[in-house]
Parts: sequence; structure tokens; C-alpha cells
Amino acid sequence: MSTKITDIPSTLQQSDLNQLKPEKSDIGLTRPDHSKNVFIDWLTTVDHKKIGLMYGTLALFFLLVGGVEALVIRTQLAVPENNLVSAQMYNQLFTMHGTTMIFLAIMPLNAAFFNFLVPLQIGARDVAFPRINAFSLWSFVAGALVINFGWLLQALEAFGLFSASGPTAGMNDFVPAMGWFGYAPLTSKEFTGAGTDFWIMGLQILGVASISASFNFIVTIINMRAPGLKMMRLPVFTWMTLIVSLLIIFAFPAITIALAQLMFDRVFGTNFFSVAGGGQPILWQHLFWIFGHPEVYILVLPAMGIVSEVLPTFSKKPLFGYSIVVFSGAVIGFLGFAVWSHHMFTTGLGKIATAAFSLLTMAIAVPTGVKIFNWVGTLWGGRVRFQAPMIFALGFVWMFMMGGFSGIMHSSAPADAQQQDSYFVIAHFHYVAIGGILLAIISGIYYWLPKMIGKMWQGNLNLWVAVMTVVGLNITFFPMHFLGLLGMPRRYHTYLSGFGWETYNMVCTIGSYILGLGVALLVVDIILCFRSKKPAGNDPWDARTLEWATSSPPKVYNFAKTPIVNARDALWADKYGPESRKLGAMDEAHGIHMPSQSWMPLIASLGFIPLGLGLSLMQAGVPYAGYAAIFGLVTITFGISLWAIEGPGGYHLHPKEAVEEA
Amino acid sequence: MSQEASHDDGHHNLMVNNKKLIMWLFLGSDCMFFGTLISTHLIYRKLYPNEFEPTQLFSLELTSFSTFILLMSSFLMALSVSAMHKGQMKSFRRNVVGVIFFGLIFLGCQVYEFTHFAHEGLLVSTGTFGSTFYLMTGTHGVHVAIGIFWLISMLFYSQSGKMEAHKNAIDVEVAGLYWHFVDIVWIVIFTVVYLIEFIA
Ligand code: HEM
Ligand SMILES: [Cu+2]
Repeated sequence: MSTKITDIPSTLQQSDLNQLKPEKSDIGLTRPDHSKNVFIDWLTTVDHKKIGLMYGTLALFFLLVGGVEALVIRTQLAVPENNLVSAQMYNQLFTMHGTTMIFLAIMPLNAAFFNFLVPLQIGARDVAFPRINAFSLWSFVAGALVINFGWLLQALEAFGLFSASGPTAGMNDFVPAMGWFGYAPLTSKEFTGAGTDFWIMGLQILGVASISASFNFIVTIINMRAPGLKMMRLPVFTWMTLIVSLLIIFAFPAITIALAQLMFDRVFGTNFFSVAGGGQPILWQHLFWIFGHPEVYILVLPAMGIVSEVLPTFSKKPLFGYSIVVFSGAVIGFLGFAVWSHHMFTTGLGKIATAAFSLLTMAIAVPTGVKIFNWVGTLWGGRVRFQAPMIFALGFVWMFMMGGFSGIMHSSAPADAQQQDSYFVIAHFHYVAIGGILLAIISGIYYWLPKMIGKMWQGNLNLWVAVMTVVGLNITFFPMHFLGLLGMPRRYHTYLSGFGWETYNMVCTIGSYILGLGVALLVVDIILCFRSKKPAGNDPWDARTLEWATSSPPKVYNFAKTPIVNARDALWADKYGPESRKLGAMDEAHGIHMPSQSWMPLIASLGFIPLGLGLSLMQAGVPYAGYAAIFGLVTITFGISLWAIEGPGGYHLHPKEAVEEA
Repeated sequence: MSQEASHDDGHHNLMVNNKKLIMWLFLGSDCMFFGTLISTHLIYRKLYPNEFEPTQLFSLELTSFSTFILLMSSFLMALSVSAMHKGQMKSFRRNVVGVIFFGLIFLGCQVYEFTHFAHEGLLVSTGTFGSTFYLMTGTHGVHVAIGIFWLISMLFYSQSGKMEAHKNAIDVEVAGLYWHFVDIVWIVIFTVVYLIEFIA
């Protein structure tokens, strides 16, 4: 949807109207602004809200994909010596399940919230670099395609239409099969086929998407806050976005380089990780976890941000200890870089290193615990309303804590020696990932979807979603603690009977179906919300922050007039605070500047697809694949060059509301 | 185009232009990229001190020369930024041509060095030294090449007459930041990868 000309009052000067005509860019092409064609409009959009919605939709899709993979895994494990899937297929399923959930479901779901909310929460019209934002979205799409491309090849192979002939000939694992952390030397050419190449290239592209998005958000949050919105008045969700973005730009380089080294090993025969040439597989573990541990906080901090918004709204109280919540978020982010070796306790780091990493890991639980107390303190004495977002937020606090407890258990190196690579670790990170992150994200969906689409939830399906997900996840993952302590290793495609594992496994599998049903119901509820006839109104929850001050869904320009902020919970203070704390509005006589839409981010990102696929297929011996890679590189360069030359453009808007109020 | 200039009308809470801030962030992130590459090199060097004897191969004269050239290009870059700020187009263009020329000399030296080393038997597949050395210096070379491409585009753009001090000075300044950074990274690499080998 582009802006309607009817937004323009008739008193407008002719010169202003001219600027609404689709302008020619500096390369002489007409900019795709105000397009009537829905496809062109969405493909070229630079609007953070549309980008956010696209991130969210795609991420939900991948959440379902990853979920189906998980259910197949659980079905295979339901009974001993099952052979529903082959060992090879099992490896592919758990690899793609982990990779999909982390990089294609949770990270982009978080990104959806960042995109939609951050500019609204800081009273801005868009992010600092709208076209880079579009580029991040489409690069994410490209990366997701490349990672999943192996499924297609594998299907073709099953029908006898494709077989590898190149350097990885005879290896028919076109889907990655070496685990989401891709430990060397399993990733070397001798052991795994093109799947590993798709995984390397896909993650590399996703890294580009994440890093570029993060630059954008940091600049936006630091530089584009509405007047009066000091850092210590920022909503906590925006704070967490800032911290996570910083984590991304400093943590991703480690894996980018590690992946590049791995790619060189596979394609050009270098020896970074290949044992025969002197390479040390343990180097991969270090580089991976230097990224990997900050990554788990990259996943969870936005969830903590969501909960820190929902709890105060539904307790009708300010967040208890705002500055402490922000500060402990920063401490977690910082310490997150210093604990990576707790994933490597059993590799023999030496006593001193092991003790140090063990202590630091215990230390990181402190700021995490502090936050829990802040959330509980927020509830204390509040007028708690048990509406859908609140139910999930409370679920988060409780379930996340369970994951934290098992985390502290294996922060002790001797204990971890028992738990490492067993189902105990699976239980730990699913409590933090599902009980923590996913519940918080669902809470965020229930809270903000009315703002995003302007329609209000109806019915009480949300209760069923809550019961099914919380009960399901506990039935699935609680028994895994016992399974782990009974010695059941992770990543084995089947097991023998007689170890006392049968009942637990059956229970886990039943639980996973309940959980799956819960997520399916969530999707149904979302669809129902889209069809709901009930308008959401600006502020359906009696909320506290700036995004609720504008219409639902917000107009392209977000705020008819830039707000002037005089308090921390800006909207709350406006509604119930003293006169001096109410929201002001900037006088913007010249109207609103909107950035122009552009094809270039899309074109540049699409170049990643032939680049990624080409380099991977080269390994599988597909003829001319190398040329596809070169073509991709040229497309990227071409897109970025035209992007630079076409100039940012932009047009003016004079929304009626602003003119009428004046 | 006043429109474009006013487009950036968002007040900057930090008094730093958005473009400059994003470049600083990129450079911060890039430090981690090079940090990882250089540490990998040093770790393997320490692990296998006798795997390869680089002093036989490195030509300190050549690399010092190319380092000096890169330093001088940074100097010219600073001059072109300052010329742009003053709106002196001619001087800006002259200096940018200088930067590009020096950058190309540096790349030329690197290409020569690589072919020479390969000829002498140091390939990417030669133990861990070949791997880490080529990936690290190669990544740096790619940075230089991107910088040259960027500056050449700017040169062409300035030829079109659309470049104006009040709106493009910031772009040149940002390119300058990048160029200086790439230069600094090289000084680090030159020190810890080349010079140190000759001390012991
Ligand atoms: C109280 C805070 C936490 C502590 C002390 C902690 C500690 C640990 C330790 C020591 C391990 C290694 C276990 C092993 O492999 O033997 C681990 C694994 C893991 N943790 Fe945590 N953790 C904490 C919070 C989190 C959070 C918030 C997340 C995610 C959002 C998370 C995600 C993971 C994941 C994904 C793994 C396993 C990775 C794998 O092996 O595939 N943890 N945790
Ligand atoms: Cu960790």
C-alpha cells in the first residue's frame, strides 16, 4: 500500500505536489514509489514495517519447517531400534533442525520485532538506512534458499535425476549432515558432500544479512531518537535491540572467518582444519563458540526485552529497576564473549583455563538472575491482568529459569563432563530456547500483532496455545534431563532397549506432538486475527510506550508529527502523568520526508543465490557452476553500484492529521 | 538538490552523521575479522615454528616499499578529503588519482609477491603457513581492491559534475576512514607477520 494522494490537503503548493509524482532517479529510471502493483510495492519497499512483516512471515514458515523436522526426529526416537529414517537422514534432520531454528526462525523473528518496533518506539520515521534494511531482508531470503537447496537435489537424486561427480563425488549427502555447529574434521571434503557447502555458503549469506541489519539498528537507535528521548528513557526492548546488534557485529566475524577458512579447505585445499596438513580441528571449536555463545544471547536478549515490555503493561506498574535491567543486559552481552569454552570443557583445555571458564560461566548467571528478580518485582503489588501476552510472558519467566538452572549445573566442569553430549544438554537449551525465547516471542506476537495489522484478537484460542505449548514443552524436555543423566547420548539415530530409556523417550515423543499442536494452533489464531473484524484502536492494552501513541496499523510515516518525549514510559506519562511529562509534537512545516523505494537492494541480494549455489555445486561437479558464481558476484556489484548512483531520493508528505492539528 | 540534503533532517542525537557512524561500526566489526585472521596465523606459527622458514622467502625491501606506498596513499587520501571540504574539485580529483595509483602499486606488489612465493613453492596448500598467510593477506588485498573500486567510482561521479562539497564531503570522508583503516591493518600485518620474523 502506498500513500494515498488524499492525504494531501488542497491548500498545498504546486511545488510540493510535484514531488509526489514518481521521481526519476539519478540513473534516469523512474523510482518504484507509489506503485499500484502490490508485488512491485512489496519487493521494492524500504518501509521498516513491511520489512518487519515479511521477516515475521518467513520466519514463522521456517519455524514450522524446523518443527516438522523435529517431529520426525522424535518419531524416529519414540521406540528403540526404530528405522523410520536412515541414520544419514537422521543426521540431516537434526542438522537442519538446529540450523533452521536458530538462523531461519528465531533470529528473523527477533528481526521482525526489531524492524517493526524500534523506529516506532523511538519516534522515528524509519531506520537510518532504509535501503540497507531491505538488503538485509532479501539477503536473509537468499541465505535461507541456499541452505535449504540440498533438499531439492536430494529429491532429484532419489528420482535418479542427479548425482554428484565433482570433488565430492559419491557423497550423496546434499543436505547438511554434520550438526549445527559443524565440527571439524567432519566438515572436510573426505567426509561430507555438497550439503556442507550449502551450509557454509548459506550461513555466510545470512551473516551478511544479520551484520548489515545490525549496523543499521545501532545507528538508528543512537542517532534517530525523538527529541527528549534520552538513552535512559528508551524502552527496554529498544535497549536490548541495541545490545544484540552490538553482539552481532562483534561475534559474527569469528564465524564468518571460520566459515571462509573451511570453504578454502574444501575448495582450494588449504589446511586450516585438515589434520593431514597440520590443521587443528579444535581451532574450529574455538572460533565457532566465540561466535556461538554470544549467539545464544543474541537469541535471548530480545526475548528478555519483549518480556520487559509486556510485564509492566499488564501489571500497570513501571518496570522494577529499569536501569538495573538495562545494565544487566549489557553485562550479559559483555560476559557472553568470555565464556565460550564452557562448550569445550571435555576437550582438555588445561586446569587453569577450565576453572576460569567455569567461574565466568557461573558469573554470567548473576545478571540473568538479577533480571528475574526485576520481573518478579514488577509483578509485586501490581494490578495483574491475565491477558494473552501476559500469560506467555509469565510462562517465559518460569520456564527460562528452569533452563538457567540446568545451565548453572553444567557450568561446573566436572558435572559437565557427565552431561556433555547427552540429552541433559538438549533439555537445557530447549528450556531456554522454547521455554524462554519462543514463549517470549509468542507473547510479543499477542502483544504487538494488533498494532501491526490494526485488528484485535478474538476468542480464547490463546489459552489453548498457552496450555499446549507450556505443557507440551515440559512433557517433551523435562524427561530429557533424566535421559541425559542415564547416559543417553545426543545425535544417535536409534538406541537399544534395556537401558531404561524406553519410557522416557516415548513420553518425550508424545510431549513433542502436544507442543507441535500448540504451535499449529498459534498459527491458526494468527490467521483468525488477520480475519478479525474488531479494530484494534491505537492502544488496546493501555500500554506505556510510544508505538501505542500512533494508529494501528501505523501510517507509512509512523507519526504525523515527530513526538517530543518528556518521560521514560512516554505514553503512560502522557495518559496519566503530570502536565510537564506529557508528549509534545514537533512543528514540521515542510512536511514529512519519506525515503524512495528501490529495486537495487533486491537485485544485489539476489546475486547471493547464484554465488552461493554456484560455489557449492562446483564441488558436486555440476558443469558451469563456477560461471553461476561469477554471475552472482557481478550481479551483487552491479546492484550495489547502481544503488550508490541512483541516490536516496525521497518525497514529501503532508498528512491530513498534521495539517488539521496545526 | 535541497531535497536530498534535507532528507537527512533527522537530528543526530550524537552529533555524528549517520554515514560516518555506520562506517565506524563497520570498522569495529572489521577489526574482529582481521583479528581472527591474524590470530589464526600467529597460533599456527607458534604451534609449528619449524614448519616453514619465511625469512628465506620474504623480501623485506619489497614489502617495506609497498608499505611505504600505502602510507603515502593515506596521506593523499587525507589531502583529498580536505580538498573536498573546501570544494576544490580539481585538487580533490588530483589527489584521488594519486590514491588510486598508489593503491594499484600496492596491489601490484602483492600480486608479484604472491606469484613469486608460489613459484618458490609456498602454495595455499603448503602446510598451515601457506593457508593462513594467503587468506590473511589476500583478505587485506581484497579490501584494498574494494577501496580502489570505490574511489574510481567517486572519480567518475565527480566528473559528472554532480558532486558538491556541501553534500558529498561526507561521502569522501567516509571513504577516507575506510582507506586509513585498511592502511592501519596493513601496518599491523606488516609488523606481526613480516618484521617479527626477522627479529628472532
Ligand atoms: C544461566 C545462563 C546459562 C548458563 C550458565 C549456560 C551454560 C551452558 C553450558 C555450560 C553449556 C554447555 C553444555 C555442554 O555442551 O556440555 C550450554 C549449552 C548450551 N546453551 Fe546454555 N547456558 C545459559 C543460558 C543459555 C541461554 C540463554 C541459551 C539460549 C538462548 C543457551 C543455549 C545453549 C545452547 C544452544 C547450548 C548447546 C549448544 C550445543 O551443544 O549444541 N544457554 N549452556
Ligand atoms: Cu554457551
